[in-house]
Amino acid sequence: MSTTEPLRLRDIAHGRSGDKGNHANIAILAYTEAGYAWLRKHLTAEIVKNYFRLLNPSAVLRYEAANLKALNFVLLDVLGGGASLSLRTDTQGKTLALALLQMPLQQMIAVEPMVRAPGRTER
Amino acid sequence: MKTVRIGNGCGFWGDNLDAPILLAEQGQLDYLTLEYLAELTMSILALQKQRRPETGYATDFLDVLERLCPLLQRQPRLKIVTNAGGMNPRACARQARQILNKAGLGERAVAVVLGDDVSPHLDSLLEQGYRLAHLDNGVPLASIRDRVVSANVYLGAQPIVEALRQGASVVITGRVADASLTLGPAVHELGWGWEEWNLLAAGTVAGHLIECGAQVTGGLWCNWQEAPDLANVGYPIAEIDAAGTVRITKPPHTGGVVNHETVGEQLLYEVGDPAAYLTPDVIANFTTVGLRESAPNVVEITGAQGDPAPETYKVSIAYRNGFLSSGQLVLAGPQAVAKAQQCGEMILARLRRAGVVPERSHVECLGAGACGPTVEQTPSVAPEIVLRVAVHDSRRAVVERFTREFAPLVTSGPPGVTGYATGRPAVREVFAYWPTLIPRRAVTPVVQMIDENGGGNDG
Repeated sequence: MSTTEPLRLRDIAHGRSGDKGNHANIAILAYTEAGYAWLRKHLTAEIVKNYFRLLNPSAVLRYEAANLKALNFVLLDVLGGGASLSLRTDTQGKTLALALLQMPLQQMIAVEPMVRAPGRTER
Repeated sequence: MKTVRIGNGCGFWGDNLDAPILLAEQGQLDYLTLEYLAELTMSILALQKQRRPETGYATDFLDVLERLCPLLQRQPRLKIVTNAGGMNPRACARQARQILNKAGLGERAVAVVLGDDVSPHLDSLLEQGYRLAHLDNGVPLASIRDRVVSANVYLGAQPIVEALRQGASVVITGRVADASLTLGPAVHELGWGWEEWNLLAAGTVAGHLIECGAQVTGGLWCNWQEAPDLANVGYPIAEIDAAGTVRITKPPHTGGVVNHETVGEQLLYEVGDPAAYLTPDVIANFTTVGLRESAPNVVEITGAQGDPAPETYKVSIAYRNGFLSSGQLVLAGPQAVAKAQQCGEMILARLRRAGVVPERSHVECLGAGACGPTVEQTPSVAPEIVLRVAVHDSRRAVVERFTREFAPLVTSGPPGVTGYATGRPAVREVFAYWPTLIPRRAVTPVVQMIDENGGGNDG
C-alpha cells in the first residue's frame, strides 16, 4: 500500500449490490473477524445514508450476518423508480457496492489484522 | 446418503446460449434448470401473446432444447426444469414436445405448471375486497387497474414436485420463485416433507446461490483478477444431500472460481433481511449457515434454518406507465464534464423552447462517477465523457421530440462532440412493476402432462 493512497473500505471488505424494486441492497463482507468487528462499530446505517445522500435514500436499514462477517444495507427509494422506470444508467444499483467500497477509512488505526490475507489465491 | 446434482445453465433471458449445453455435457447432472424470467419479462411476453396467441414464452429455450437432444439421448435420466413458459407454458410445452418427438425422444414426458397467471381474476379479486396494494407504498391497485398488462403469482416448488412425481422429464413453468426451480427437484429426489423447514431452507439456499448462473462461479466477484478464464466460466452446480448439506461447485476444467468469497457475495445478492428470505416454500435464514471450502472450487454449506412459509403469495403485476428514451453523445478534450453538462442543459432548454417539458428527465456524465454518486467523489479530469440524457413522459410525442435534440449538438454544441454514429435514440413503452400480496387460497397451481400430440391432460 502506498503512503499517498488512503485506506479504503475495499482494503478490508468485498461486496455486491442489486435491486429490490425501487430499493437497493449492498452487502459488505469483511475479510477478517477484526475487520467485521470494525465494520459493525463504524459502518452505521447513518454513515451509509450520508455517503449516498446524492441518491436521496428515504431510509437505510442495516442487517448483520456474523456468519458471513457481513453487513447488509438496504437503501430505500434510491433507484429512481426501479428497473424499468429509472432514468439512470445503473437502473438496478449494480455498482453501488463498488461505490461504497471506495469509502476512505479516516479512523483506521491498525489495519493489518483486517486486510485480506496475501496469496489467498494464486496470483 | 442420497444426493442430487442440480446445475443452472441460464441466469436470465439473454444469458450465454452455450452455457446450458456445456453444463449438461460436463456437469454429470441429474437436473438442469434454466431461469428466464426477470421481473418485467412477463409484461413483454403478455403483449406478445395478445398479438399472437401462440407466443408469450422464452423462445431461447426451444433453441437450447434442440441442441440438448443428443445429450438427452446419452443421458436418459437428465431432467430439465425451467420457467421458460412465461405467459404461455402450454404453447412452449407443445413446441418442446415436437422437438423431443422429432429427436426420437417421444418417451420423455413433458409437464407444465399453470395457475400463476391471475390477470383473468383481478376484477373478481378486487370485488371480493382484496386491495392488492403496492407492497412498498400501500397504494391500492384500483389506481392503475386499467393499465395492467400482466399479473403473476410466484408459485413455489410444490407443483414442480407434482409434475416430477407424475413422471415428467421436462417441467415447464410460468412464474415460480427462482429458488423453487432448484428446491423442487431436491424435494422430489430426497423425499423431504413440506414442513421440514430446515431442509426446505437448505434447498432454497442452494437455489438462491445458483439462480443467477455464473454470479456464484466468479462473475461479479470483487477480486475478479483472480478468477481464471472467465470467458469459459463454468456454470454452477448444487449438490444437495438428504440431510441438507449443499455443495456449490462447477464442472472441472472450466473457468471462474467457487470459493468462500464468491459464495458469500452471492448469498446476500438481492437480499433484504438475511435472517428472513421469503419464498412461497419457506422463510429461510441465511445467517445460520456455515461456509467451508471443502475442496478446490467446492464450497460446502450447512446449517440453514427455516420457518413456516408465508400465508401469502407474492404477485408481480406489470402496468403501462408512459414512454422512455435515453440518448448519448461523447464529449472529448479539456473540460469534458463541463461541456457534457452544458450539452445536457441545451437539450432540455431547446425542449422548453419548443413547449415540450418532459415529466421526468435526468442528465448523467458517465466517466465522472454518475453510476454510484457519493459525497467522497473527486472531480473528474477524464479526457472524454459520455453524456447521457434520459426522459420519461406519459405522452409519446414528448419523448419522440426529445430524441430529435441530440443530432443538432454535433454542430451547435461545444467543441469535441462525437459519437453520434448510432443515430436517433429509440422510444420504448414503459412497463412499471407493482409488487403485491395475495392470500394462498386465492391461487390454484395446476399441473398438466402434455401428451404426444401436444394436447394437455389435467393431472
